Amino acid sequence: MLTVFLQFLFSGLTVGSVYALVGIGFNIIYNATSIINLAQGEFVVIGGLLMWFFTESLKLPFLLSAVLTILSAGLIGLLMERLTIKPLKNADLLLMIMITIAVSIVLRGILMFNFGKDPYVYPPFTEGEPLSIYGAIIQQQTLWVIGITGLCIILLFLFFNKTIVGKAMLACAVNPTAAKLVGINVSRMVMLSFILSAVVGAIGGMAITPISLMEYDKGPMLAVKGFCAAIMGGLGSNRGAVIGGFIIGILESMTAGYIHSGLKDAVALVILLLILFFKPAGIFVSKTMLQLRKF
Amino acid sequence: MTVGVFAGINALVAIGLCILMGYAGQISLGQAGFYGIGAYVSAVLSLHFGLPVVVSLILAMVVAAMVAVILAVPALRLKGHYLAVATLGFGEIIYIILNEWGPGGPSGFGDIPHFSLLGYTITSTTGYFYLIWGLVAVVMIFSLNLIHSRTGRALRAIHDSELASNAMGLDVVELKIKVFILSAVYASLAGGLYAHYITFISPSSFSLFYSILVLMMVIVGGITNLWGAIIGAVVITVLPELLRRFEEFDVLVYGLILTLSLMFFRKGLVPILVEKIKKLRGLAVVKH
Repeated sequence: MLTVFLQFLFSGLTVGSVYALVGIGFNIIYNATSIINLAQGEFVVIGGLLMWFFTESLKLPFLLSAVLTILSAGLIGLLMERLTIKPLKNADLLLMIMITIAVSIVLRGILMFNFGKDPYVYPPFTEGEPLSIYGAIIQQQTLWVIGITGLCIILLFLFFNKTIVGKAMLACAVNPTAAKLVGINVSRMVMLSFILSAVVGAIGGMAITPISLMEYDKGPMLAVKGFCAAIMGGLGSNRGAVIGGFIIGILESMTAGYIHSGLKDAVALVILLLILFFKPAGIFVSKTMLQLRKF
Repeated sequence: MTVGVFAGINALVAIGLCILMGYAGQISLGQAGFYGIGAYVSAVLSLHFGLPVVVSLILAMVVAAMVAVILAVPALRLKGHYLAVATLGFGEIIYIILNEWGPGGPSGFGDIPHFSLLGYTITSTTGYFYLIWGLVAVVMIFSLNLIHSRTGRALRAIHDSELASNAMGLDVVELKIKVFILSAVYASLAGGLYAHYITFISPSSFSLFYSILVLMMVIVGGITNLWGAIIGAVVITVLPELLRRFEEFDVLVYGLILTLSLMFFRKGLVPILVEKIKKLRGLAVVKH
């Protein structure tokens, strides 16, 4: 009984980590531009598939592949911002939403063309016996996923709170005009936000692929769930996105395990709609923060 | 001819979305959900309950309208991104429901009766072509009347500024909900016709991709012009036939068309053409 519960809990934490990373990706761009980048899920897929390409197809060493994957994802984020977001500066919100959807379709098209429709997988980062806690089996890759997510969160926290660039990015989020006035290059910060969120997404994809496989059309679902994680904790709050991601991941794996596996995707969507309808500011947001936001 | 039928079906959905987006300024990424509701409800009612197709089509529209009300009341308080994701979530939920509980599950079901009225059954593609484009004409006339009426002007006012329209005494929320219902009803009508035309349906026709396809039709045609929705529907439906050679590329080509038309023809084909014609006329007048 406990064993089964723990098993579901750990698998929930694993997928939850990825949702948390996608949610953080949403936040990074939202904070810098107030755009919701609906191509966020594609970055996760790119991470997984490129990692496969470098390790399995080109047979490059693990670390080199990881670095190359991260660089390529960052480059794709950069291209996306420079080619589509920047030229449309100050366009209305509807157009901005649609352009990110359009980019996500282009990315999916490119991925499908290069990788086809089959799911891809590569071996876990470390070989070894799975751990066992009260009979629940935990693969080593699960620990990698959770560990990497934790590391990303810590690094991002340090970046936004301790470095001058990170603080400048936060300043753009709070008030772009004022940021410009104190000499921050807002345009460069927007570019950086796209690179950063592409990288965060790709890291999630790299870590999860050995467990849950990766195929070209996983992006939209990941984006929806990551978005759900992000709004659950209040859009813009990274801490909220992490908690939201884990909650969704756990609920999802509990539903799949105890109720019906076909419904696992519906859980996140129903939560999403409920939050949007009743508490669009997020569950963990204080009243004063609520008043500062527009919906 | 078959392509023509599909273009007509898509035009119905696109007209609805065009009114919603271009005139009321609300986005929906869940039109496939209503399209699917229309198809499944009408198909099941006529196949398993033996209702005449006309009745089942009308009931399907009623069901879609009711679902639209339930969704619209909370959803339309949301704006922009939130509304986009909420409607996307709705569409995906319908898709999952059809997969899990729809007759035949993911593989769908067939033997859906053809459209019939007053004892006369339409089975040929030509028949459907006339039926569907006839309906497109009816829907178009109704919609054009609507947007040139008081309601239409009110909608455009909402698009420009919700606050100002509110201050002028317009019931913004009520109007938005009505338009949302209208677009849902159009989509469900189209879905029902689709089901009775090809007589076999499966959930894959009602996925997120269809919602995006409709969005593309509206954008390519021009969101501020209803004729644009029809043109867009025809272009986007015929395009894959022309692009057959690219098979593997289709998703990529769709994406590129959408991206490029968003970036360079923000207004869409029809409004640009209208401007060109006006300019030419202007020149002709000057020459006189």
